[in-house]
Amino acid sequence: MSRDLKMAFRNPSSFLNPLMFFVISISLFPIAISPEAQTLSSMAPGIIWVITMLSVLLSLNSLFHYDYDNGVLEQMVISHHSLPLILLAKTLAHWTLSGLPIIILSPFLGMALFINSEGIYILVLTLIIATPCLSLIGSIGASLVVGIKNSGMLLSLLILPLYIPILIFATSAVSQSQSNLPIDGQLYFLGFILILSLLITPFLSAISLKISLE
Amino acid sequence: MSTLKINNLSCQRGYNLLFENLSFELNSGEVLKISGPNGSGKTSLIKILAGLNSFETGSIKYDDTKINSEKYNLDFLYLGHLVALSPELSCLENLKYTAHLGNNNINHDFSDALTQVGLEKFENELVGKLSAGQRKRIALSLLFITQSKVWLLDEPFSALDSKAIKIIETRIEDHCSTGGLCILTTHQECNIKNIKEISL
Repeated sequence: MSRDLKMAFRNPSSFLNPLMFFVISISLFPIAISPEAQTLSSMAPGIIWVITMLSVLLSLNSLFHYDYDNGVLEQMVISHHSLPLILLAKTLAHWTLSGLPIIILSPFLGMALFINSEGIYILVLTLIIATPCLSLIGSIGASLVVGIKNSGMLLSLLILPLYIPILIFATSAVSQSQSNLPIDGQLYFLGFILILSLLITPFLSAISLKISLE
Repeated sequence: MSTLKINNLSCQRGYNLLFENLSFELNSGEVLKISGPNGSGKTSLIKILAGLNSFETGSIKYDDTKINSEKYNLDFLYLGHLVALSPELSCLENLKYTAHLGNNNINHDFSDALTQVGLEKFENELVGKLSAGQRKRIALSLLFITQSKVWLLDEPFSALDSKAIKIIETRIEDHCSTGGLCILTTHQECNIKNIKEISL
């Protein structure tokens, strides 16, 4: 994990580009739709969550790609260390570089889109619970398409349907919290997806990677 | 005394049968060169022996244990034709990472390994700034720190100058004289003593 972070900080465009995409896209919505607080606050949870997903998708391609190109991935597969654990560490490094900055920036962008304080709190909470799921689920797709050139579109087609339940429950939690409605169900569901992703995605990614390297 | 036994091995990629009924045996102290034209399956064979690729028929046994057994995994070193180095990391960082990833069975004198391949001044240089030959040397410096018995080397001499080739050939001879065994693929002539050869 420290290796991946070190590599990313020496080549910062790899994680700064998706982050810039996140900030710029969200900043454009008030200009394109309406600067009115009521309109923006009702749309904000959906806007922030959709852009979060697209931003994570943008960075997913590089999760295994560079290590595949230079042969490090082969050494990981034949390593006597557990491959699922190696992949989990790589995925956590990916989340640190893609999900964590989004979590830190989201309160400011939430305020810019007029989400109330309760809504911002829940927005951050849903991002903390669900952005690791985006990286973990995305790692399965990234490992499946690792040997295919220009696989961005294929990766999106594979992964976006799996992101839909997260999108529905996360945006619904933020929207309902703005109206002071109960959101326990949505948070439990997101928590369940996180635990499930942590338990099974490293193994599925390891199997996919071995198939891709054949 | 270790023995690697390959019996009736067949390999197919897509609709292409690369080789079939391939059998050979390699004992401690022996070097095997796999030769053949491009696309004949040399890299596929090395990858099969490393456990990266599957095979259609046959068996591979190392001291009567199957390939991918814990003993086999701890006892082999695989260096593919890709150098397995990240351009954003320094020579030393790359070497440490690949060494720890590959096998616990290493000595930790990384600086000495780089000195052996003539790159002692490049320890903290980023790999991205080095030439193809220098990168290959860093990858091959693993041979000076590993204590694995079975070496699987895919095109180890590509991009190397004659001096570096001599260093690696001598290292392979030293390894085999201490009971190791080595399988390599190359299109170049080898000046390694008592080298066996099979052609695909």
